[in-house]
Amino acid sequence: MSLDTISAEAPAYNFAYLDEQTKRMIRRAILKGIAIPGYQVPFASREMPMPYGWGTGGMQVTAAIIGPDDILKVIDQGSDDTTNAVAIRNFFKRTAGVAMTFRTADASIIQTRHRIPEEKLRSDQVLVFQVPIPEPLRFLEPRETETRKMHALSEYGLMHVKLYEDIAHHGHIATTYAYPVMVENRYVMDPSPIPKFDNPKLDNTPALQLFGAGREKRIYALPPYTRVKSLDFEDHPFSVQDWPDTQCAMCGATGVYFDEVILNDLGERMFVCSDSDYCEHRQEAGHFGAEHASYKERMK
Amino acid sequence: MNASEPLVRVEGLTHYYGNHLGCRDVGFELYESEVLAVVGESGSGKTTLLNCLSTQIVPTSGKVMYRFRDGHVENLFDMSEAEQRVLLRTDWGFVMQNPRDGLRMGVSAGANVGERLMSVGNRHYGNIRKTALDWLERVEIDPTRIDDSPRTFSGGMQQRLQIARNLVTSPRLVFMDEPTGGLDVSVQARLLDLIRRIVADLGLSIVIVTHDLAVARLLSDRIIVMKNGKIIEQGLTDQVLDDPHQPYTQLLVSSILQVGA
Repeated sequence: MSLDTISAEAPAYNFAYLDEQTKRMIRRAILKGIAIPGYQVPFASREMPMPYGWGTGGMQVTAAIIGPDDILKVIDQGSDDTTNAVAIRNFFKRTAGVAMTFRTADASIIQTRHRIPEEKLRSDQVLVFQVPIPEPLRFLEPRETETRKMHALSEYGLMHVKLYEDIAHHGHIATTYAYPVMVENRYVMDPSPIPKFDNPKLDNTPALQLFGAGREKRIYALPPYTRVKSLDFEDHPFSVQDWPDTQCAMCGATGVYFDEVILNDLGERMFVCSDSDYCEHRQEAGHFGAEHASYKERMK
Repeated sequence: MNASEPLVRVEGLTHYYGNHLGCRDVGFELYESEVLAVVGESGSGKTTLLNCLSTQIVPTSGKVMYRFRDGHVENLFDMSEAEQRVLLRTDWGFVMQNPRDGLRMGVSAGANVGERLMSVGNRHYGNIRKTALDWLERVEIDPTRIDDSPRTFSGGMQQRLQIARNLVTSPRLVFMDEPTGGLDVSVQARLLDLIRRIVADLGLSIVIVTHDLAVARLLSDRIIVMKNGKIIEQGLTDQVLDDPHQPYTQLLVSSILQVGA
């Protein structure tokens, strides 16, 4: 029995859970973040009915910007139907009652964890990221007073120390997710734990990109068409992962980010698009991968 | 640029920690390629003085005039914090007593040496690594240890690594706070030899704080004796140590063990 069925009265929550004063406070932080691309704006993060680390920052940002006419899409690791995505979608269905979609193209707000959709975003869309640790310098410099000073004075030599360590120990830059970026030649920013494969999508995007870190109480933003450059060395330039011989087992796509799916105890596996909506869209359009056909045959 | 002008001129430097005196009315000059030792018992204000000079703390009153590479002279405390920090990682070095404070213990030796290069905008991995290797060799650390964590280094090696890390951007002025403290005598001797050689090679100016008069005698050209936050005696090292005028200095000098004398 859910709470709604106990009482016949209308749900006791305000629209999108947060009270209006809180939303105004968060909107002010968002506006400041948009005004200073890449700068981490402190905000009075609220307790959400979900543990930290499950996207409480992203949820607060979404709650602050969502309106009754918005269409929301929630993705977790590229997929619309994993636990985190389902939980957050149900939360907003219950507290805001807005329309939900799986379709990237139909959504006006997309809250995401760990991925940027493969489909190109438009200027009428907002992408909201869930961020666990907003401070890219944190693991090298534990003092918040010091990292703030370093951001203020644009002292970013330390960020390259991390990349140096990667090359020294692995022969190449081994950072594959949460890969630090330079925003408009001013602030170094943690793009949240998206794979570095998605880093180029941050650059010059028509959509507004907002980042919320609930536990760390920080909001930052990339306004549309912001220059975002991944950090690198002259002799070790930034590059994204590529899998030249791999295509999606379901839709046959190439040049996308894949999930590896283990099929049995013998170690057989297949690769499928991490972006589930993109994959289904392609299948509807008649593109099939190897496993897809065999699946159909088995069903006959 | 006039090399006969002092590199650093300190005037009336006074620092109070609340009501408690750190150092009072300190004044001296430091010239290029000169090594100045600051000696005195603990609590005499040596470290306070060093921290004021290196802009780590802002003194209650007084000036530190610094002559920049382009010849212009400016009070350090009239500069913005951003400029002070640039100075600290380019023109200056700071060698701490405890290498764990001066090193970044979480990253490899090579990254420790390379950090300053990267912070001044060097973005070529190959060049950074070559310079780091070169410096490890200069401070007598086996270059094959370049990718090892400083945690795996001995105390003496850590201290030498800290020196390399500070000297990699060819600073003009290096502050040292008891660099040989906590090392055994043979390692101390080796470190002192190394510092002496590097100072001569690079023509560095050094302000070294120590309570060890042997270190002062070995390294420094001039010496400042401090007591209760004030300078009580200063002059050429040999002069002060051979013919101390102040009772306190006489006490200090006479309390040295005369080994092999």
